[in-house]
Amino acid sequence: MAAIETINLAKTYAVGFWRKKPRTALLPLNLTIETGEIFGFLGPNGAGKTTTLKLLTGIVFPTSGTARILGKDVDDPVVKAQIGFLPEQPYFYDHLTARELLQYYGQLSGMPAKDLSSRVEKMLGRVGLADAAHTQLRKFSKGMLQRVGLAQAILHDPRLVFLDEPMSGLDPIGRREVRELIQQLKQEGKTVFFSTHILSDAEALCDRVGVIHQGQLRGVGAVADLTSQVHGKVEMIFTAGSVPAGLTSLGAEARVSGNMVSVVLPEENQEAALEVLRRERLRLTSLTPVRTSLEEYYMQNLQPAGKSMGVGA
Amino acid sequence: MNSRIAHVAFNTFREAVRDRVLYNLIAFAVLLSGAAILVGQISIDIERLVVVNLGLTAVTLFGVVIAIFIGIGLVSKEIEKRTLYTVLSRPVRRWEFVVGKFLGLTGTLLVNTFFMGVAVFLALWYVAHHLERGDLSITAALYFIVLQFLIVCALALLFSSFSSPLLSAVFTFALFVIGSLSEDLRGFAAATKGIAGAVASIVAYLVPNFSAMNVVNQVAHGETVAGQLILYNTLYALLYSTMAISGAVLIFQRRNLK
Repeated sequence: MAAIETINLAKTYAVGFWRKKPRTALLPLNLTIETGEIFGFLGPNGAGKTTTLKLLTGIVFPTSGTARILGKDVDDPVVKAQIGFLPEQPYFYDHLTARELLQYYGQLSGMPAKDLSSRVEKMLGRVGLADAAHTQLRKFSKGMLQRVGLAQAILHDPRLVFLDEPMSGLDPIGRREVRELIQQLKQEGKTVFFSTHILSDAEALCDRVGVIHQGQLRGVGAVADLTSQVHGKVEMIFTAGSVPAGLTSLGAEARVSGNMVSVVLPEENQEAALEVLRRERLRLTSLTPVRTSLEEYYMQNLQPAGKSMGVGA
Repeated sequence: MNSRIAHVAFNTFREAVRDRVLYNLIAFAVLLSGAAILVGQISIDIERLVVVNLGLTAVTLFGVVIAIFIGIGLVSKEIEKRTLYTVLSRPVRRWEFVVGKFLGLTGTLLVNTFFMGVAVFLALWYVAHHLERGDLSITAALYFIVLQFLIVCALALLFSSFSSPLLSAVFTFALFVIGSLSEDLRGFAAATKGIAGAVASIVAYLVPNFSAMNVVNQVAHGETVAGQLILYNTLYALLYSTMAISGAVLIFQRRNLK
């Protein structure tokens, strides 16, 4: 059973005070995320990531299409008991202490009273807030709020966790801890759907990623599959005193070190470059493909709609 | 009661207490004790009338101000601060959230009114040196005041479900004022003919009838409150606030939380 399945899920908001105009936040989205998967949702600010998360957690309603979570309707209370959600830059009831907040959310999730206290303590420890359990949230820093937000999202041992920009506001140590937490969740068999614009996090954590821009899903797949679609580059190393003139016209970026020259050029110009080396009677030492990063794929997919090369959902 | 509603209600009550809403009791106590001391010095045989009138009017005004200013932010503040996202992503239905918030605020007002009521009785005892059996009717007046709070809270919640906090406050306060004059409005409607009379009649029956719940003057003069009026006012307040809350729920159920 798919953990998340969307069929033509779309959202248009009406904006303006008097004569309301439609503003498309999400174009029809077709996406399937399997159980136990870590899925990264990438896109710049305003791309439609948060709208998608709000649709999947029942905070906003779709204009058209449907979304099913764990095989059931998004609004089904049975589903809601099995999902955890961390909103972007979360705000919580600042009159409560961290412990009281978690207890409140545990009660709302229907957790049995006898298990709640021990579970709250465990979660506070897991996110490094055991010492701040009695502090009111109004005295929390942004990073601490993010931690308590993570704790409330996983408090009730949900099967599916939605995290909207989970690394936001965290220092490098905090970011590493969140990465470890996400990996632990995967080991526990949970499905994690998180949005981010920190590509290195997505690259390191995700089984699959989806790239969204201007409300449209531009591509989805495993990082390796997506980056292989980008026209790659190759690196040539050869023995020469200087860079042959014929290579510069092929878009090569060259670096000379002693009598060794290293050039990086587009893959499609590889044959032409080899021909130049043969003509100049230069000895090729190595020819290796340059690994395409997710960033390059991402940047390439942020072109206006229609020019993209995404594979779709 | 549904446990999720109870948890939301308790959290609302705890928030109000920690936001020092009950501090208004200090201002109330100062006002009432000052008035009692003053009245004790200058009144001749009308101490009871003055203290009961002043005390119950102050209870109403303090409570209405709290009901409006907290009521308008009950849901809108949660949307604005996005605390609602983490609540509604749990197995909490939207109607449960609205009803829980409403009950939390009415609970706060009930506690507030209880302490104010005690203060009124103390002030009365101070100026009159004793309490009479007839003073029990003050309890009925306090009960009617709580019923008014019920309606004001529900209206504040209804208006805030579709308009800005400022407009919601204006609408609710305007309805409280008009509702307090509803007997006069009904009299005007009965005396006026034609379209104006019809419009006045519709408005008079649409606005909450706070006039019927205001027995302050009556109990200040030592008159008793009829059991039938208590029954009618209870039913009326429950019906009116249920309708207003239902309206708020209907709007909130369809609302997109941006």
